[in-house]
Amino acid sequence: MALLEVTGLEVSYGPIKAIRGVDFSVNQGEIVALIGANGAGKTTIMHALCNLIGKQAGKVMFDGQDITAIPAHKLVPMGMAQVPEGRRIFQELTVSENLTLGAYTRKDKAEINATLEEVYQRFPILKERQKQIAGTLSGGEQQMLAMSRALMSHPKLLLLDEPSMGLSPLYVSNIFEMIQEVNKSGTTVLLVEQNAKQALAIANRAYVLEIGVISKTGTGKELLNDDSIRRAYLGG
Amino acid sequence: MSTLIDGLSLGVIYALIALGYTMVYGIAKMLNFAHGDIIMVGAYSVFATLALCGLAFPAILVAVIVCVLLGISVERVAYRPLRGASPLAVLITAIGVSYLLQSIAQLIFGAKPRTVELFSFTPIRIGNSTISGASLLTLGVCIVIMAALTLFVNRTKTGHAMLAVSEDRGAAQLMGINVNRIIMLTFAIGSALAAFASVFYLLYIPSVNPTLGSMPGIKAFTAAVIGGIGSIPGAMIGGVLLGLIETICLRVPALAPFTTSIEFGLLIVILLFKPTGLLGKRRREKV
Repeated sequence: MALLEVTGLEVSYGPIKAIRGVDFSVNQGEIVALIGANGAGKTTIMHALCNLIGKQAGKVMFDGQDITAIPAHKLVPMGMAQVPEGRRIFQELTVSENLTLGAYTRKDKAEINATLEEVYQRFPILKERQKQIAGTLSGGEQQMLAMSRALMSHPKLLLLDEPSMGLSPLYVSNIFEMIQEVNKSGTTVLLVEQNAKQALAIANRAYVLEIGVISKTGTGKELLNDDSIRRAYLGG
Repeated sequence: MSTLIDGLSLGVIYALIALGYTMVYGIAKMLNFAHGDIIMVGAYSVFATLALCGLAFPAILVAVIVCVLLGISVERVAYRPLRGASPLAVLITAIGVSYLLQSIAQLIFGAKPRTVELFSFTPIRIGNSTISGASLLTLGVCIVIMAALTLFVNRTKTGHAMLAVSEDRGAAQLMGINVNRIIMLTFAIGSALAAFASVFYLLYIPSVNPTLGSMPGIKAFTAAVIGGIGSIPGAMIGGVLLGLIETICLRVPALAPFTTSIEFGLLIVILLFKPTGLLGKRRREKV
């Protein structure tokens, strides 16, 4: 059974239908990529999954439960965490305060500290800067912090919205490596990306979103070698 | 010396009220123009409890409880349904709540001012100046309250959640923070501060009437804007600054008639040079 199952999702902004009936699923242990051009509706889907915006129609099942109408803050303790587009770390708080807020819904202090240590071990730079105001970090460090903050809740499913946006090429490959590591340690990943090439390279499966509908689906490899996809998203 | 102490103590009263405005603005992103009337309700709670039992401390306790419950109910009934509505709609609702509270007070207690005698103080002599005991008490208690609030916001998990909601409500929800609960808590804290402010205000002017909250409300709002609305230390600094200026002006015969004009004039001058207030942050545009 799929960990995340979305059926018939429709989202509108006023009279404009942004998402027009989308179905997709993410299985336990997978990395699934959702690729598409600017304005295709990728971020809209991410926001709708977490109920940061309302849905017109559709059903979302997560881990065997219907979460269609469950408010965002209750999804975190159920095991769904999202790294929003543009990172949106708390600029005025310190690095360590950002990380502890990631574990807001967890109670056991000892376990939280253990997760914090794991994060610091994986990213020594965050440990070095734990007392620093998060807004002073570089873009790449902020993305590390945003992902680590989401991991602090110990999610079953991690939703990543454009993690490579605005980063230098070096950091982009770092971030994709990090996503693979996170996935290997047991977290299922749904990845939304404009950087189609790298997203497809690490994805088990992918969906191509075009103006609010899914136009194509397949394994990451299949789509990487698909001629129409190459022309549209991978630069020939 | 006594002018300084009196000015500081009036200042910390304004600061307590300004904190209510600034926290609600920072976290719920709305101007709660009914905040001044919470002070009025607090003052009437003190008045009524004193009339019933004659004891000061139960009166203060009752004022705090009544104000907190009122603040939470107003948020739940009047403001929460408007979350996401246009700021203008929320603002008009707040003004409506303000008139509603004033009218209810007038219905229950009548329009005539009533005298409230809470504590009596003997002035304290230091050298050749006398200092009002009420001012000293106000100053001491308010400093403790503000220090506790600062620690709470900066050192506790819930305080961090409040800062997070204030900075980015959506991202805070994605952390699992229940934004409605944080906003409710903010209203509760703001109202409790208003209740304390009402007690100290009664020491300063021992009389209650249904529009008692308007002037301190407007002054404290000015203080919050001067300090930079949304900023907690800003509200404290703005409040103290305004209280000092008011007290000094009132004691200089040539300036006394213009006290209020000077205070609001200061607001205009500060906004001309620092549009976001003394400690206000310029909001960065999102990419």
